[in-house]
Amino acid sequence: MSVLVIAEHDGHQLKPGTANAITAAALLGGEITVLVAGLQCAPAAQVVASVAGVSKVLLADAPQYAGFLAENMTALVLSIAKNYTHIVAAATGMGKNFMPRVAALLDVQQISDISSVVSADTFVRPTYAGNVMTTVQSVDSIKVITVRATAFDPAGNAAAAAPIENVAHTADVGISKFEGQELTKSARPELTAARVIVSGGRGMGSAENFKILDPLADKLGAAVGASRAAVDSGFVPNDYQVGQTGKIVAPEMYVAVGISGAIQHLAGMKDSKVIVAINKDAEAPIFSVASYWIVDDLFKVVPDLTTELG
Amino acid sequence: MKVLVTAKRVIDPYVKVRVKSDGTGVETANVKMTINPFCEIAVEQAVRMKEAGIVTEIVVVSVGVAQSQETLRTAMAMGADRGILVESAQEIQPLAVAKILKAIVDKEQPRLVIMGKQAIDDDSNQCGQMLAALLGWPQATHISSVTLAADSAQITREIDGGLEKLTVNLPAVVTADLRLNEPRYVTLPNIMKAKKKPLENIKPEALGVDIAPRLKTLKVQEPSSRSAGVKVADVKELVAKLKNEARVI
Ligand SMILES: Cc1cc2nc3c(=O)[nH]c(=O)nc-3n(C[C@H](O)[C@H](O)[C@H](O)COP(=O)(O)OP(=O)(O)OC[C@H]3O[C@@H](n4cnc5c(N)ncnc54)[C@H](O)[C@@H]3O)c2cc1C
Ligand SMILES: Nc1ncnc2c1ncn2[C@@H]1O[C@H](COP(=O)(O)O)[C@@H](O)[C@H]1O
Repeated sequence: MSVLVIAEHDGHQLKPGTANAITAAALLGGEITVLVAGLQCAPAAQVVASVAGVSKVLLADAPQYAGFLAENMTALVLSIAKNYTHIVAAATGMGKNFMPRVAALLDVQQISDISSVVSADTFVRPTYAGNVMTTVQSVDSIKVITVRATAFDPAGNAAAAAPIENVAHTADVGISKFEGQELTKSARPELTAARVIVSGGRGMGSAENFKILDPLADKLGAAVGASRAAVDSGFVPNDYQVGQTGKIVAPEMYVAVGISGAIQHLAGMKDSKVIVAINKDAEAPIFSVASYWIVDDLFKVVPDLTTELG
Repeated sequence: MKVLVTAKRVIDPYVKVRVKSDGTGVETANVKMTINPFCEIAVEQAVRMKEAGIVTEIVVVSVGVAQSQETLRTAMAMGADRGILVESAQEIQPLAVAKILKAIVDKEQPRLVIMGKQAIDDDSNQCGQMLAALLGWPQATHISSVTLAADSAQITREIDGGLEKLTVNLPAVVTADLRLNEPRYVTLPNIMKAKKKPLENIKPEALGVDIAPRLKTLKVQEPSSRSAGVKVADVKELVAKLKNEARVI
C-alpha cells in the first residue's frame, strides 16, 4: 500500500482540509507521500514535511501549476500515479476540480467525499445531501478518493521532518489559462477551520442588517457563514455559503440566525458539536438539529446575546 | 455553434429521502422526480446563449431509465431543440456516464458541453471533469459566468475563497453552479411544443461503452441522528447553558 496525498496550500501554509486528508490516508495503511504543486510553494512543502504520518514530500514548483489549473495538475499527478495504490485529496473546491479528471484518465471510478474508511477498498460516503450514508467497495486497481474534512481530525506535527524531493515538471497542457482570483478579504478565521461559526439567513433582511452578526462573531472569535438565500439575496459573497453545494462545516459551535433549516443547509452543518438556533418561527425545521434554540425576533436576540457575552 | 447539455432525472430536492427497509437503496416508488437543479441551470444557460444568437442548436442528453424522457421534455420545453435518451435500467456510475457522453460528443461534435456541477442524488461532482478528461478538452467547473468568443470562453468560477477567472479554449466542458442564472419557468405552450421535438432513444450497448459499476454498494443507511436539544427561554439561559452544560464558551 502506498498513498499519494495532494496538498492544498497558499504557497506558505496548508489550507484547511489537507491535514484531515492525511489522517484519512493514514487509515488506509502504508506509506504516505504528499505532493505539493504550485508556484513558489517551497515554504508549503516545508510545512507538509513536518505533518505526522508523512514519509516523503514531492515538490513541483512551476508557473503551470499556479491556481491548481485542473489540466496541468492532472498531467502532473498522472506522471507519478503508477507508484501508488491510493490517490487522495480533500473534497474542497480544489480537490473536486481536478481529482475526477485524474480518475477518468486512470479509468477508475472516483470515490467522492468519504466520511469514513472501512478498509483499504471500502468507504462510507454521504449522498442525498447527507440524508443517506452509503458504504461502497471499489474494484478498481488504484483508488482515487476525495475526503470530507469534517469527518477526520487534522494530523498533528511529526517529531522529525520528512525529506523533500523535487519531482519532474510536466509541460503546460496549454488549453486553459489561469487568469487570477478575487478572494474575499476577511480578518476572521476561515469557515472550514473555525471553532465557532455564526451564520445568517434570509431572516437577516438586508446586507446592512447582516452586519449585526459581526459584533457577535467578534465576541465568539467566530467565522461568519450564510444560507444560500442570504447569498442569493446579495447580503454576503458566495463563499460564505454553507450547505450541500456550499461548504461543509462542523465547528464546536454553530449559531444559525434567521435560517429555516432546509435539508440542503443542514447538509453542511448538522455535524457541528453544538448548534444554537435563533428563529421567530416556533416550527422552523432548524430546531430539529439544534442543541439549544430561542424562538424570538433575531433583531432583539442578537444584540442581547452580544451584550450578555460581555 | 452547437451546444450539448446534460439533464439527469433525480428525486425532487424538497422530498425527504428514505432508505429502503432492507438497506439496499433509497425508496423511489411514488416519489416525486425532477430534473437535477444544476442541469436545469445548464439548460437555461444554453437557451440564453441561443436567444443571444451565439448558439444555433441545443442537444440535451439524459442517461437513465425510460422515464428520463420526461426530464428531456422539460429541457426541451425550456428551449433545447432535441433530446437523446441513453436508456438503461441499470445503475450507471459517473465514469460510465462520462464514457457514454463521450461517445455522444464524438458523434454530435458540439463546441461546448454545459453540465450541472453535481447530481443531487449521488453528490459525486465528477461527470463533467471526467468527460473533459476523456475528450482531452479543457474544463471549467462551478462556473458563475461564461462569455463565449470564437475560439475560447472567459469563465468565472466559484472557489472556496471567492472567485477565479479562467480562459479555456473551445471546445470545452463547463459545469454550472447555482449562481450562473435563474432558470425560467416552463409555460404550457412550450410544454406542448416540446412534445413535438425529436427525441432519440439509444441503448448503451449501441455505443460500445463499458458501463459495469466499479463501486459495489454494500450498505445504505440513514445517518445517525442528533440527540434532542432544548428550547431556552432567553439569552441569559442560553449563555448559562453554553457555559455550564455545553462548555463551548
Ligand atoms: C440543489 C439545491 C442546492 C441547495 N444548496 C444549498 C446550500 O448549499 N446551502 C443552503 O443554505 N441552501 C441551499 N439550498 C436552498 C435551500 O433549499 C433553502 O432555500 C435555503 O437554505 C433557505 O435559506 P434560509 O433558511 O436563509 O431562508 P428561508 O427558508 O426563507 O428562512 C428564513 C428564516 O428566517 C426566519 N426569520 C425571518 N425573520 C426573522 C426575524 N426577524 N427573527 C428571527 N427569525 C426570522 C424565518 O422564520 C425563516 O425560518 C439549495 C437548494 C437546492 C434546490
Ligand atoms: N445519468 C445522467 N444523465 C445525464 N446527465 C448526467 C447523468 N449523471 C450525471 N450527469 C451530469 O453530470 C453532472 C455531475 O453529476 P455527478 O458527477 O453524478 O455529480 C450532473 O449535474 C449532470 O449534468
